[in-house]
Amino acid sequence: MAKADKQKKKQGIPMPKQKPEDRIHNFNEVALGYTTEQALAEAERCIQCPKPKCVQGCPVELDIPAFIKEVRERNFDEAIKKVKEKNSLPAICGRVCPQENQCQMFCVMGKKGDPLSIGRLERFVADYELQKGVTVRPRSKSSAGGKVAVVGSGPAGLTAAADLAKLGHKVVIFEALHAPGGVLMYGIPEFRLPKKIVQAEVDYVKKLGVDIKTDHMIGRLYTIDELFELGFDAVFIGTGAGLPRFMRIPGENLGGIYSANEFLIRVNLVKAYMFPEYDTPIRIGKKVAVIGGGNVAMDSARSSLRLGAEEVLIVYRRSKEEMPARLEEIENAEEEGVKFKFLTTPVKFLGDESGRVTGMKCITMRLGEPDESGRRRPIPIEGSEFVMDVDTVIIAIGQTPNPIIQRTTKALKTTRWGTIVVNEKTGKTFRKGVYAGGDVVSGAATVISAMGAGKRAARSIHRYLLRKKRMRQRKET
Amino acid sequence: MKGREKDLSSKLRSELLSFGKKKENALPLYGTEECAKRSMKAMYEVLKKLELAPKIKLLKINAPEIARKAKAGQFVIFRIDEKGERIPLTIVERDPQEGTITLIFQEVGLSTMKLGALETGDEIMNVTGPLGNPTEIKHYGLVAVVCGGTGTAVSYPIAKALKEAGNQVVSIIGARTKELLILEDEMRNISDELYISTDDGSKGHKGFVSDVLKMLIEKGYRFDVVYAIGPTLMMKATVNVTRPYSIKTIVSLNPIMVDGMGMCGACRVTVGGETKFACLDGPEFDGHLVDFDELIKRLRVYLLEEKQAVELHEKSGEIKRG
Ligand SMILES: Cc1cc2nc3c(=O)[nH]c(=O)nc-3n(C[C@H](O)[C@H](O)[C@H](O)COP(=O)(O)OP(=O)(O)OC[C@H]3O[C@@H](n4cnc5c(N)ncnc54)[C@H](O)[C@@H]3O)c2cc1C
Ligand SMILES: Cc1cc2nc3c(=O)[nH]c(=O)nc-3n(C[C@H](O)[C@H](O)[C@H](O)COP(=O)(O)OP(=O)(O)OC[C@H]3O[C@@H](n4cnc5c(N)ncnc54)[C@H](O)[C@@H]3O)c2cc1C
Ligand code: FES
Repeated sequence: MAKADKQKKKQGIPMPKQKPEDRIHNFNEVALGYTTEQALAEAERCIQCPKPKCVQGCPVELDIPAFIKEVRERNFDEAIKKVKEKNSLPAICGRVCPQENQCQMFCVMGKKGDPLSIGRLERFVADYELQKGVTVRPRSKSSAGGKVAVVGSGPAGLTAAADLAKLGHKVVIFEALHAPGGVLMYGIPEFRLPKKIVQAEVDYVKKLGVDIKTDHMIGRLYTIDELFELGFDAVFIGTGAGLPRFMRIPGENLGGIYSANEFLIRVNLVKAYMFPEYDTPIRIGKKVAVIGGGNVAMDSARSSLRLGAEEVLIVYRRSKEEMPARLEEIENAEEEGVKFKFLTTPVKFLGDESGRVTGMKCITMRLGEPDESGRRRPIPIEGSEFVMDVDTVIIAIGQTPNPIIQRTTKALKTTRWGTIVVNEKTGKTFRKGVYAGGDVVSGAATVISAMGAGKRAARSIHRYLLRKKRMRQRKET
Repeated sequence: MKGREKDLSSKLRSELLSFGKKKENALPLYGTEECAKRSMKAMYEVLKKLELAPKIKLLKINAPEIARKAKAGQFVIFRIDEKGERIPLTIVERDPQEGTITLIFQEVGLSTMKLGALETGDEIMNVTGPLGNPTEIKHYGLVAVVCGGTGTAVSYPIAKALKEAGNQVVSIIGARTKELLILEDEMRNISDELYISTDDGSKGHKGFVSDVLKMLIEKGYRFDVVYAIGPTLMMKATVNVTRPYSIKTIVSLNPIMVDGMGMCGACRVTVGGETKFACLDGPEFDGHLVDFDELIKRLRVYLLEEKQAVELHEKSGEIKRG
């Protein structure tokens, strides 16, 4: 191989993007996706390892080299088929998975240059199919034929439902909100994950025969016990981690202080960014502080810019290295002009007489020894307090599971963080016939880990239903 | 107006009196025809509409699943159409047999105006519920139910359930002026005593409902518990009346809500120095522990945008100011 060629192979094809100065004025998708030429060139970089390491980094065990090979040979239909054997939501995963910590982290190409852009290629084949129109093969008839209730329509619920439907079960998803998709719909903004993509993936799950009932909050409208009374044989709980955490410091209930969840629900789910064409308002000030350092904080900060804030500051109590957000999103935020204030945390919010926030008193931190998460613990530096003027604050310091189901269901074991205790391998809870997975079990994590949990639970629910049926038959004979 | 109100009262009474009385049906098996017939048909259609007072309307809505489960004190969140806000309203009445719920609301802004503009046969896009915790109904002894404005609608199912639980119920209902009084006969029917007040004195006592409560307490009424439901200022005034007497006072808070299920924290209120979510932990709280001044400020956050939205929609002719 010529030297120039070798050099080329080391570098991945960059993702075409909207220019920062344009994109901060709109909610359209930032990453535009590969063209066919770009996808072919990137796929060409794959060396098709005989013992591929990338696969072990994928929580749903996608056969990565096989689908890349199909892309190389321009068999895009075959490529997407390969992907969908393991992943029902590829257009979503291709966009939001932290590939740098998963498949791409293990890619051997990454040792000498850029790892293969597996996520971008996944997105490419998924978008190819969406553009063409998705066809669904008739599902296999299973002898089990059970009825399963899935609670929550986030990635965990959608995946469990799709897999169970493919196995021939009747599945009904109960979703509390008016739109299915979970965080994909109400949390992750349009410019990172267009809602029509989420809708298309949801439609695919529906085409598999899954019935989705929105506006059904389980625990209030029906309890888990009542779902069994309604004739369901098994229940999967995928209700996520949707309860926002607050800081519990003075002044937190002043006007202009949002939880990231409220802010993002207003912007994404009820489209406040199109107010007054849409009825839901959002108030964004001139100077916004976002507290936190994860994806949720990045999404809130970037949405604030797009809503017209003049200055957006991410205030994080550790340093840049410890930020849990995806690298790509931190870079995007920086490009767009989001500013960062590290090693800082608010201790008090200040307001005016009408009850609106006008500033926050902060304290500077230094990093100590690593804590149980392996990240260095922030320690406040005494006497380092200072005041920062802000007129909007978005608190993005994490979420815990919604407690309603846990409060209304007997014999479900929960941890002190409110997560449901399950057998890791099977998703089985302490209640017979009840399974759980995703953020409600792990605490706030990732789309793909929620999908992995949904998959494992679907497999064990299927086995449970087969067993149940055999027992019934034995009794009858 | 007068005649219509009277006629309405008798009709309403028979409907409202059934709250909580009818036996619940067994649950239909999911996926069966019976289930489909009962719950999936013409979701959230408006079956009946009445105007109780200027700008105060009653809608009866087809919502069989909610009707089966709802209890006094719970609410729904509705979204009128694709572009609509999510807005909370109390379930004033339910009929599990018929599969309906009844809402009574005041047109105060864009969303309630749009709801008020619906006619029989129209559909609401989304209705989620029942949400919030049911009222804790038990035998207290002597209970005062103090209500202002549309708070009377919210109080009605609670007062009724309290009466059925064997309590002696003294109701005090109030409004700015007599035309705005609602559910007077209904409240009278389930109360041992009923008092009326209007701000302008056009009917009953001239002044606030909290003044009447104070009068009764001073007269020697020894209430075991007081329910105060209505505008935030009215609830605040009522707890100020009961505080010196240490009478347990329960209020039903109405902060701004978005999801109504514990996801956003927009509904957070300070109760006893702690932050609570009204949709998850309420909407009823011990009134003596509530930080009302904070709640009042939080309710005004979107004043500007609310006005803007109404003006815009008025221009486009979508809604009319009554
Ligand atoms: C703003 C934001 C950005 C993120 N960015 C990324 C990213 O870039 N990459 C990544 O991998 N991960 C990201 N995450 C994390 C990821 O979205 C979650 O880990 C994932 O969605 C969890 O899936 P889930 O199915 O467990 O729960 P969810 O997606 O939370 O879905 C749960 C669903 O259950 C419903 N529900 C809850 N209670 C009930 C009930 N009682 N009855 C009926 N329905 C109920 C909820 O309304 C919701 O729709 C992000 C999260 C947020 C909030
Ligand atoms: C649990 C709960 C139950 C409720 N039950 C009823 C009911 O049975 N009948 C009824 O008429 N109303 C009820 N409300 C109040 C009702 O939700 C509001 O009137 C409604 O949100 C106003 O929306 P809008 O778009 O029409 O007006 P907006 O334009 O949003 O507001 C117009 C005016 O109303 C005030 N306002 C806004 N939101 C509220 C609110 N939540 N409560 C009080 N004032 C508000 C604003 O400050 C503003 O001055 C309830 C509220 C809650 C939280
Ligand atoms: S309304 Fe969102 S948490 Fe209560």
